[in-house]
Amino acid sequence: MTATIAADLAPPDAAGRVTVARGYRFELLKLVSQWRIRLLVLACWIAPGLFVAAVSRQSSLPADTLFGRWMHATGWAGPLVMLGFAGTWALPLVTSVVAGDVFAAEDRLGTWRCLLVAVRSPRRIFVAKALASLSVILLLVAGLGSSSALGGIAAVGDRPLVGLDGHLLAAGDAAGKVLLAWVCVLAPTLALAGIGLLGSVALGRSPMGLLLPAVVALTLQLAQMLPLPVAVRLALPSYAFIAWNGLFTSPQQLGPLLIGIVVSLVWAVTATALAYLLFLRRDFTNLTSGGSGRRALAAGALPFAGLVAVTVAVVAAATGATGAGIEQGKVESSLATAFAHLYRMQTAQLNRPEVTEAQLAATAACNKGGGLLAAEGPGNDWRCVVTWHLPGVEAAGTAVYQLDISADGRFVADGDGPKEVNGYFLVHTPIGDQPNPLWQFDGNVALLPTASKG
Amino acid sequence: MNTVLAIRARGITKCFGDVVALDGIDLDVAQGQIHGLVGPNGAGKTTLLGLLLGLAVADSGRLEILGTPVRRALAVPDGVAGFVDGPGLYPSLTARQNLAALAALRGGDARTAGIDGVLAEVGLTDVADDKANGFSLGMRQRLGLAAALLTGPRLLVLDEPSNGLDPAGKKHVHGVLTRLAADGTTVVLSSHRMDDVEALCSEVTIVATGRVAFSGPLSKLAAESRELDYRLLTSDPPAARLLAADTAGIGVLDDAEPLVVRAPTPALDELVARLVRAGIALRELTPVVSPLEAAFLALTDEQEAGR
Repeated sequence: MTATIAADLAPPDAAGRVTVARGYRFELLKLVSQWRIRLLVLACWIAPGLFVAAVSRQSSLPADTLFGRWMHATGWAGPLVMLGFAGTWALPLVTSVVAGDVFAAEDRLGTWRCLLVAVRSPRRIFVAKALASLSVILLLVAGLGSSSALGGIAAVGDRPLVGLDGHLLAAGDAAGKVLLAWVCVLAPTLALAGIGLLGSVALGRSPMGLLLPAVVALTLQLAQMLPLPVAVRLALPSYAFIAWNGLFTSPQQLGPLLIGIVVSLVWAVTATALAYLLFLRRDFTNLTSGGSGRRALAAGALPFAGLVAVTVAVVAAATGATGAGIEQGKVESSLATAFAHLYRMQTAQLNRPEVTEAQLAATAACNKGGGLLAAEGPGNDWRCVVTWHLPGVEAAGTAVYQLDISADGRFVADGDGPKEVNGYFLVHTPIGDQPNPLWQFDGNVALLPTASKG
Repeated sequence: MNTVLAIRARGITKCFGDVVALDGIDLDVAQGQIHGLVGPNGAGKTTLLGLLLGLAVADSGRLEILGTPVRRALAVPDGVAGFVDGPGLYPSLTARQNLAALAALRGGDARTAGIDGVLAEVGLTDVADDKANGFSLGMRQRLGLAAALLTGPRLLVLDEPSNGLDPAGKKHVHGVLTRLAADGTTVVLSSHRMDDVEALCSEVTIVATGRVAFSGPLSKLAAESRELDYRLLTSDPPAARLLAADTAGIGVLDDAEPLVVRAPTPALDELVARLVRAGIALRELTPVVSPLEAAFLALTDEQEAGR
């Protein structure tokens, strides 16, 4: 019987070579056969839609999340709320579970030697594993985005979206911007995936290998919450998780977004290259070797420290950015622009005579700490007085806002009177009663000096 | 005698840092032979098997596998298969999926790659569609062997293939390996089970502390062995004990029953003859340990003492 079987078995192929394509299919099969990956795929394709649909139908909205206050108004706010959540939690965890385990799993199962005997090329194994984990991560990100968009559209509808400076994006435009925003966060996701590969190779079966992307993401997010100089903030790959905000202003703030994407991609390439070099150096006959350990990880951290230093210098030199990037003039400009756009929306909702932003000629005068502090930097002690004009009315209107500006430039403006202008009241609209758009709204301050607000 | 060598190693040395795992190993294995590799833990068996599978390259020395010089890692010729340190299977896949994935990896079609054949060969047909995470160690060993068979190997390298096998499973695997060898496949296996090695292997290499303590046929090893301990059961134990003590070259080990004597083969032959002449019936004469095990213990002890 053995003779018959052995005679029937064909040699691997003429060259005895396992191609990357075959290795990729093998790795993909191993990944999708794991129950936790299947569960993750299901969760990413179903849970966001259900979440967005459920939240959109509640009376209380997640107003502390960017675009959360617009979830009753349009289905396109849902995927952006989900994007903010994904950048903080979901994407680091997804990359941890997939990329952070793709090499370590072989250590855990004791399958390295058999895999090497079968494939005979660490290079092809690495490429196949990296591509397979990338594919699964893309599938999961696509699920998060698509599901939340479908949930939002199904629950609320395909309606215009209010941008971060108050201007109205048509439904089609909003859809394109939402898609682009999700595509943009692929760059920092790839950076975390590269770090996951590095941790998986360096730390082997240690749980720290699995957790490394999540730990790095958390550390970088904490850094983004600190009042760092703009050049440092933009030199970190985590900035790309929030830089998509710039797509929802007019004109778009593309500078920080492009810098964030490039920085993220450089991190992704660096981390993947380090993981590759570390993997090729590994001795698979040494049974005591289950990853290269802490020393390798420490050595791997050094290039990133160098990378941050170089990036800070390049960004500072190229943009001329100094300080926190949040200055009085920018705050006043951003607030006045958003106020004018939203005033026009309020006018339409209240069936008053149409007025343009140019006619309003809104301006803002802001101070910080009641005028006792220098008017720059983040804080919740900004106070602004907005002034505007109406055609045929000689007196200028004024309204007061309290601003809470976070270190990344995002602010929440809270109307502080007069209540007829920016107090809380419901406005009757074709899609139902909505809060006064001038009561509370989000905006953002362009951190780079070269960016300009419309 | 088959003079074509499947493995020819000369002066193989391999170090891991300051640890010398292999220290000038010479090894010849003829094609179609089942060759046993035995030695104490840490002797270097797994490292040597790893070199034969191409997982690493020797620091110095020459290694030829299936007539091809091996000068770098993962450069062994086609036709080499097997496993070290466990069969390496994916628990989330079924037995059939594991084999189909490996076949696909090598460019084969899962439907025509002979998966059913090798599963039947190792006796896993009934559990072919069960996930490997529920397999016992013995079943995993058999599935690992099936994976190796799938490639149609000319040299099969197996690390402890009988680990975890029940008697029926062991007999099954022994049958597979014997038939493979009969068809011309060379098998090199390591084992701590001397009965396995004696039952399967025509030649054996004993490795101790990275060096070859013995390499050759089992018969030669038995001949080189010195005194062995034997257990004797007779119809008249007291008389047999007196007779054994009175026979030249025989040492009676203790007063306990049954009688245990230490003797070289010629002295034992003389004792049996005297027992028969004295009218004492010989009911059992058994080595306390097998000749291979005795030789293994003696040779490795010598090697350890010599370092």
